[in-house]
Amino acid sequence: MYRYDEVDHRIVRERVEQFRDQTQRFLSGELAEDEFRPLRLMNGLYVQRHAPMLRVAVPYGHLASRQLRKLAHIARKYDKNYAHFTTRQNIQFNWPELARVPDILEELAEVEMHAIQTSGNCVRNTTTDAFAGVAQDEVLDPRAYCEIIRQWSTLHPEFAFLPRKFKIAVSGSVEDRAATQVHDIGLHVVRNETGEVGFKVIVGGGLGRTPIVGEVVKEFLPTRHLLTYLDAVLRVYNRFGRRDNKYKARIKILVKAMTVAGFAAKVEDEWLHLQDGPSTLRDADVAHYASFFTDPAYDLLPSNPPELVEKQATEPAFARWLERNTRPHKQAGYRSVVLSLKKTGVPPGDITAEQMDAAADWADRFGYGELRVAHEQNLILPDVRERDLYEVWQLAKSQGFATPNVGLLTDIICCPGGDFCSLANARSIPVAEAIQTRFDNLDYLFDLGEIDCNFSGCMNACGHHHIGNIGILGVDKNGEEWYQITLGGSQGSHTTIGKVIGPSFAQADVPLAFEKIMAVYLEQRTDGERFIETVRRIGLDPFKERVYAKHH
Amino acid sequence: MRSIIKDGQVAQDCWQVLRADTEGQYPAVAADVDVIIPLALWLADKAAWQGRAGQTAVWLAPDEDPQQLAADLNSLPLVAVDFPAFTDGRGYSLGRLLRERYSYAGELRALGDVWVDLLHYLWQVGFNAFEIKGGKDLDGALSGYDTFTERYQSTHREPVPLFRRRVTSL
Ligand code: HEM
Ligand code: SF4
Repeated sequence: MYRYDEVDHRIVRERVEQFRDQTQRFLSGELAEDEFRPLRLMNGLYVQRHAPMLRVAVPYGHLASRQLRKLAHIARKYDKNYAHFTTRQNIQFNWPELARVPDILEELAEVEMHAIQTSGNCVRNTTTDAFAGVAQDEVLDPRAYCEIIRQWSTLHPEFAFLPRKFKIAVSGSVEDRAATQVHDIGLHVVRNETGEVGFKVIVGGGLGRTPIVGEVVKEFLPTRHLLTYLDAVLRVYNRFGRRDNKYKARIKILVKAMTVAGFAAKVEDEWLHLQDGPSTLRDADVAHYASFFTDPAYDLLPSNPPELVEKQATEPAFARWLERNTRPHKQAGYRSVVLSLKKTGVPPGDITAEQMDAAADWADRFGYGELRVAHEQNLILPDVRERDLYEVWQLAKSQGFATPNVGLLTDIICCPGGDFCSLANARSIPVAEAIQTRFDNLDYLFDLGEIDCNFSGCMNACGHHHIGNIGILGVDKNGEEWYQITLGGSQGSHTTIGKVIGPSFAQADVPLAFEKIMAVYLEQRTDGERFIETVRRIGLDPFKERVYAKHH
Repeated sequence: MRSIIKDGQVAQDCWQVLRADTEGQYPAVAADVDVIIPLALWLADKAAWQGRAGQTAVWLAPDEDPQQLAADLNSLPLVAVDFPAFTDGRGYSLGRLLRERYSYAGELRALGDVWVDLLHYLWQVGFNAFEIKGGKDLDGALSGYDTFTERYQSTHREPVPLFRRRVTSL
């Protein structure tokens, strides 16, 4: 894991001081609301329904146990004992007091954390595969590059006031688990014919009001050119992105307006001047950052030890959890454990201070002190010995972390919606809960198999509803909360935007609509066919017919 | 006379900035004043502006292309970039282009919605003079230079990015 040196510490401390000064000037009336707003947003501070909301960066989803303990402490001391993991691997506090935010930042700085650029029209937290470094299908561990990008993007003097927010995601594996095609820039590690490693650069993806799957602007960018190329893309966007209309200000609109070829040519032209400049990465530079992400001292262990196999055979509940909530590891004798934050009745992604402390302890005891945040809003222990899994399962159960639903219908990605967010058209949390309750029967849930269900409370799409196999969007109809359902979306290497199946539903009717959709799937699926595959094969009509059938 | 910040201190300044009024008309400019004019006026009649008794400089709006000024940069006493709103970040790229691509070495001035919180970044991308917005603390703005004592990126002031300095000094 990356560790700060004196300079990183100093920069973060200076940022805290700057923000403390800005907050004081706002509270004393020296800074107007319109002046303070962009400044506080750049530091992750929204003003929401009940209180400010503070979003803390978890760079590329990497957390050390001591950091998670600090987050627990902050939840206790400054908030209401809980926090919320977001789809961009960050964590949010819903109830801090504005005047105390600088103190929170100071506490975060002690454990090498901050809220820099977690909101606002600047380069946001870089995200990646939650299984980076331990995944079996990895081409290259992307984390050194994530850290290089994090540093490059942090307080970049040229790009502090972009037309709109800017999100970068990096994938280092064969299967894209970082939703790179719906980011402003998606970077995919690839090898060219000669075996050289580079990035495929995808630009202009994004959801929100205008969902667009990103397009390739450069098939192969040698890794050493990463930063000069990013500078070129950002400069073209900074200069030419629209600033007259915030709904047309994302880079995706610029790319569409210029066409991807036109945009790529403009970037290439800019890059000509920057290429091979001082920001070119040398091998030694990359090696320096990679040195923070070496493997822990894994024990040499056999796969599938007898104690695991035995429990698996005798305890079906454990076997179920093992199947759903753990993942294969590149190291024999180890697996990654996903702690599900999708227990029925708990808002998806919410975590209590007590759970944070517990997870931090398990990370120390079973997993080299590290955790990851998944963009599906779950928490991960990346390196757990298989022989410890049974014990970890029991502990996870005791803390409400062991719902065996990872990747299943009730593992809903969900934004905070109307309960917390002032932009919402509709509440999302109670509806997600109603769906989870409806599909609470584990046999049925397992039978349905892998389904991504994504939920947003308005068209800003914080819950990525467009790329859910089944998506829900809160809409406003004459002041009432209604819900639109989409089918056929998917994330990953073949990202597609889902299609609306028809008129929206009243809140109470959503679970029933889900039930009918699932019934059609069960009737129509062929052997081993996943939900999304059936939807792709048979199209939307059979689902529409069932859901909207008139009762007689 | 008015005060601005220049090269790290408060300085007296005589330059007038010529801006269009609400009807798009420009007020008359006396022959002997030093004036910073919009790019369009400059391009329309360079010779006339150069023939005045007073000095003439040029300001760029954020959507203008510094390349249009490239041929004149050596002869201009000052170039300015306007920030109509502090959240309009285009001028930062213009600053870098003027300094780094077109090698402009003279005074580069930031105009408009400019105040202490922006100074550090503006200085890094190449600005060395700042007309602080009316109503904002001028002397206090000087502290903006030191908000950060280090940064990660290659900038006009420190072209070698931190990652290179880190590794080389290891
Ligand atoms: C409650 C406070 C929140 C507010 C006010 C808020 C506001 C917004 C807005 C206005 C956008 C659209 C921006 C655009 O398209 O340019 C957006 C996008 C987004 N938000 Fe939030 N958000 C909030 C919470 C969250 C949470 C809790 C998450 C994670 C669960 C989240 C994740 C995202 C993501 C991933 C996007 C990008 C969607 C895309 O790809 O276009 N947000 N948010
Ligand atoms: S999708 Fe809409 S309702 Fe949900 S958090 Fe984002 S802005 Fe709020």
